[in-house]
Amino acid sequence: MAISQYRLVFKHIDSPGYTRDIACYQKHGGYEMLKKGLAMGPAGIRDEVKKSQLRGRGGAGFPTGTKWSFIDPAKVTKPIYLICNADESEPGTFKDRQIIYKDPHQLIEGMILSCFANGVKLAYLYIRCEFTEGWKILETALAEAKAAGFLGKNILKSGYDLEIYVHRGAGAYICGEETGLIESLEGKRAYPRIKPPYFPAVLGLYMCPTIVNNVETLCNVKHIVEMGGDAYAKIGRPNNTGTRLLCVSGDVVRPGYYEFPCGALTLGQLIYDVCGGIRNGRKLKAVIPGGSSAKVLRAGETYKMKAKDIHGNMVDRDVKLEDLPMDFDSLAAAGSMAGSGGVIVMDDTRDMVECLANISTFYAHESCGQCTPCREGVLWLKKILARIADGHGKDEDPTLLKDVADRIAGRTICAFGEAASWPVQSFLGKFKEEFQLRIRRNGTAAKTDTVSLTH
Amino acid sequence: MSIPLHAGTENCVGPEKGEITPAFEKQSDELVSRYPVSKRSAVLPLLHLWQETFGYIGPRGVEWIAKKLSLQEIQVLELVTFYPWFRQKPYGKFHFRVCRTLPCALGGAGKTFAALQKLMNLKSDGHEGAMVSEDGRFSLEYSECLASCGTAPVVLRNDEFYEKVDEKRASDLVTGCR
Ligand SMILES: Cc1cc2nc3c(=O)[nH]c(=O)nc-3n(C[C@H](O)[C@H](O)[C@H](O)COP(=O)(O)O)c2cc1C
Ligand code: SF4
Ligand code: FES
Repeated sequence: MAISQYRLVFKHIDSPGYTRDIACYQKHGGYEMLKKGLAMGPAGIRDEVKKSQLRGRGGAGFPTGTKWSFIDPAKVTKPIYLICNADESEPGTFKDRQIIYKDPHQLIEGMILSCFANGVKLAYLYIRCEFTEGWKILETALAEAKAAGFLGKNILKSGYDLEIYVHRGAGAYICGEETGLIESLEGKRAYPRIKPPYFPAVLGLYMCPTIVNNVETLCNVKHIVEMGGDAYAKIGRPNNTGTRLLCVSGDVVRPGYYEFPCGALTLGQLIYDVCGGIRNGRKLKAVIPGGSSAKVLRAGETYKMKAKDIHGNMVDRDVKLEDLPMDFDSLAAAGSMAGSGGVIVMDDTRDMVECLANISTFYAHESCGQCTPCREGVLWLKKILARIADGHGKDEDPTLLKDVADRIAGRTICAFGEAASWPVQSFLGKFKEEFQLRIRRNGTAAKTDTVSLTH
Repeated sequence: MSIPLHAGTENCVGPEKGEITPAFEKQSDELVSRYPVSKRSAVLPLLHLWQETFGYIGPRGVEWIAKKLSLQEIQVLELVTFYPWFRQKPYGKFHFRVCRTLPCALGGAGKTFAALQKLMNLKSDGHEGAMVSEDGRFSLEYSECLASCGTAPVVLRNDEFYEKVDEKRASDLVTGCR
């Protein structure tokens, strides 16, 4: 059974003949929504975004309308800033890249609308520096938009002024965390800020109210202006509205990026129908459903979930892994998260010790080093996993790993602490026997290890 | 166009020598002008410009940028040591970054890295950071997820992305260096 995609944000991505220049974008209706939005006024756009129930696509799934409502442009006396988070660095995620490289004006239009809605006159687009070409594409697209009167002074004679500049990161994952990003944009080390305040909306860039939104989130704003918040909210499921960009990588036949209404398809449909199943005729072993920080799910698991029965009553139901709807609430109910939409699939030949050692090496490399539990703990997680993978594990290592991970989460400045602990806790919780087996086979196991790459 | 579309590594004049040209000054000023509230924000852009022009960031770069932005030198240097993209020694003319994170590892990144290392005849000195060939032609290091996981394994050669780089393609990439 083929499930067809619903392409809203990805509508033009990879369609034959579609180019990233402004002429092509305008031929396909580009910047018409800017005109509509300017006529709706800031409050009009904010109302529609609220009605749409759009949730942020950067990882946490926080409602965008609510985030925006923390700032009342009419009352704030300081400047208000908006930052587009194009740092895209959560392992397994490669959706924002498609937009930046192939349809940059969609992002820019969404960004201008969002800036207008929130009284923003200066905005930055923070892009990871490895996207060198993407950066040049955005510079060109911004210059085109400016030349056409969609940016700069007195946009389309509305009296509204806006400047957007691109700012390049420099290879640090922690710049994706919004307060780390802000510090980085201020020209400092990307040390995430101590909370509270919980939102940069209170104190952000240059200690002014600041909105940070993901690339995909900002693109959706354009579509909300186009179809209206209520119509947008009809796509997907209640509280999980709109479409979701899903990136599938790992051991499937057809890895790639896809767009579906939120929750419209199950994890099983995604893996088997959309991505052609597990490659080389193998079987599914494990899947990480929302970027490498998300807790791993094991093939064969079932989850208790609330669902409506045929009479409309809420009942507890057992849901198999394959039947999990790909939306925020279902994946959270399964003990994991929809996160950034990066789905990493592992087949039954994969060694879970090696996979986890690989993931923990990432976190050990990327900790910003501010908090002791994170800086020291994450490094120990990596060291212990590396020694198990190398065939020098100790019997007490699985317990030690869990102990260290449990002592990081909840004791740090930013959510990186959790992001690094969750994989360890979930892999150990679900595949403990593999860790013990590997330790029992000490000295023989390391020869085929091409996955840990703990170097 | 007034935008500083810097040509990237191919214009690099190497070991932190070379003049500070009027064009370089102009590009720097343009970058600083993008941060009307705080010119300190221009540190990263200037570090990028310096590294792309002079190959790496040594004491001269730190001093020049600090002066330009009225900062203490340590405020510049602490960024060079924090952000993995910046380097304090020259790398090869062709610098390779192989993604090592899980999706790429599942796709065979380890083999790709080993193949490149062999082709470039590089030995690890046990230190962190890139391995550089003696003739200064090649350098190689692992990098973390490059946001292209659907086409693993992924390699960056200077600024260019290469996808699905198996051992065969790795060899093509090395021989294709001119
Ligand atoms: C360690 C860490 C890394 C993150 N990386 C990213 C990222 O690469 N891209 C992104 O959009 N959000 C990332 N986030 C989430 C941001 O902090 C922020 O919540 C998001 O950009 C808000 O945008 P949204 O409301 O549109 O989702 C990260 C968060 C954490 C804790
Ligand atoms: S939790 Fe880790 S990454 Fe976050 S601020 Fe602390 S040390 Fe830095
Ligand atoms: S894991 Fe290599 S590009 Fe993401």
